Amino acid sequence: MDFFVDIKKKLYEFELDVKLESKRAVIGILGASGSGKSMLLRCIAGLVKPDEGQIIVNGKIYFDAEKKINLPIRDRKTGFLFQNYALFPNMTVSENIAFGLDDLSKEDKKNKVAELMEKYNLDGLEKRYPTHISGGQQQRVALARAVAVKPDILLLDEPFSALDVHLKNHMMREMAESLKDFQGMTLFVTHNRDEAYQLCENIAVFNAGKVEAFGEKNELFQRPFSLETAKITGCKNIAKSIRLSENRAEVPKWGVKLRSNMKIETEEGYLGIRANHIKVVADCTKENCFKVWIADETDGPFRTSLYLKFGSRPQKLDDFHFQCEMSREERNEIKDPSEPICVYLNPNYLFFMKK
Amino acid sequence: MSNYNGKWKGVIDSVLTLPLVLPPTVAGFGILLLIGKRGPIGQFLSLFGVNIIFSWYAAVIAAIVVAFPLMYKTTMGAFEQIDTNIISAARTLGASEWKVFWQVVVPLARPGIAAATALSFARCLGEFGATLMVAGSIPGKTETIPIAIYFATQGGQMDVAMIWVAIIFAISLTVLVINNYWTSYKKKGRYGVGG
Repeated sequence: MDFFVDIKKKLYEFELDVKLESKRAVIGILGASGSGKSMLLRCIAGLVKPDEGQIIVNGKIYFDAEKKINLPIRDRKTGFLFQNYALFPNMTVSENIAFGLDDLSKEDKKNKVAELMEKYNLDGLEKRYPTHISGGQQQRVALARAVAVKPDILLLDEPFSALDVHLKNHMMREMAESLKDFQGMTLFVTHNRDEAYQLCENIAVFNAGKVEAFGEKNELFQRPFSLETAKITGCKNIAKSIRLSENRAEVPKWGVKLRSNMKIETEEGYLGIRANHIKVVADCTKENCFKVWIADETDGPFRTSLYLKFGSRPQKLDDFHFQCEMSREERNEIKDPSEPICVYLNPNYLFFMKK
Repeated sequence: MSNYNGKWKGVIDSVLTLPLVLPPTVAGFGILLLIGKRGPIGQFLSLFGVNIIFSWYAAVIAAIVVAFPLMYKTTMGAFEQIDTNIISAARTLGASEWKVFWQVVVPLARPGIAAATALSFARCLGEFGATLMVAGSIPGKTETIPIAIYFATQGGQMDVAMIWVAIIFAISLTVLVINNYWTSYKKKGRYGVGG
């Protein structure tokens, strides 16, 4: 199992310029809408022709600009799962799944379809048309149809964006199961960091057509290498910093000096810490502990976000430096929100990013 | 054609649509220039002793030329309405262009193609100007129903005209009803929504 992409493609707003190489099974591609991640999938499937470069999957050259190879879509063996599933509305569920199985004899085709119907939990829907089944079922049909042709690579384009939250969680667990069984590579495109984290071991972060970072997910989420990666992986507290020593930096905007267990490499850079890594503590004398005021707070169903300010009492609701996220229980322990509280910025979770 | 996006697209499109906006007599005049005794096609055919002007072939040609833009425009519209992801999905599943066209594109455009056929049929049935110019009005040979109605009325035979009018009415209504039934049946049976 191997996968190599190095392509360039001019788009309206930016140039898609991607280099990605992996031997791993499931790669998540995380990026904001319009960052070119779907375009990458379309290039791999052959729906869009890159301007230059190479695409090699499983030793098979899909595209090579120099050697003038551009394999037709139908010969590439990619399983593409479209955002809207793109089922054939004029065919029944079993006809949809059988669509790519022309090489098989009638008997084999029937058995294969029956096998997939059972595996993807679609029994009893054989004669139904796609508009007469639920969204979750449609997705399973689309996946079964894509897997039926034994693709070398599975391309999933935002497969969960059309589902509601409840169904989504269910479908994600199902998808994780199916991907375990699948023998080939999988590229999973999403703008949702929870989905990427849950389904993939390795994640490539996309920004304006380029791969910002590519690596193991825990590393990526804990220590983003770049500013864009930190933002896309959902870090809410980012500020400019100046290096004091190897492990200490000053944040002028916040008016504080902080210690990190990560080496600070450049004079100027950015410092970040995730909102859920900031803890309210009683003792304010330790290093990296600060007295802060609460400017504002927002409640989620289970968690609360506090907007905090260093140094002095905030004048307005939006007069804050950083935010901190905690459970309702933890929040309720703060008796008087008008008085300053003490927070601890754990040096293990404080990371620095180059400019 | 619906995939072709070259610089000639606009030009080709306009030429194919032209008969829709031209007066039928102009279309008829054009056909006459081409297939008439002195026209290039007419002269070529006369080498084999064939003459199509003022025969029923000419009436058919006139009807086709005049109705073609309706067929072309409506069918093209139906093709362009199809979700491109569906066509892409068919290709990634290994389907040849031939299979994509016959098993995906045509079935999905079927209601549009049916509507196009009905419209073109109605247009052909009512063809008057171009037909009169190239096929004349030879009773029993090239006299179409609208021409028959015209001359019957001119000759004061209101009862004959009335019979033809009734026949046209019956044919047109039948075609529309069949067409409506067919497209809405498709919707209910397969596409679910609306119906």
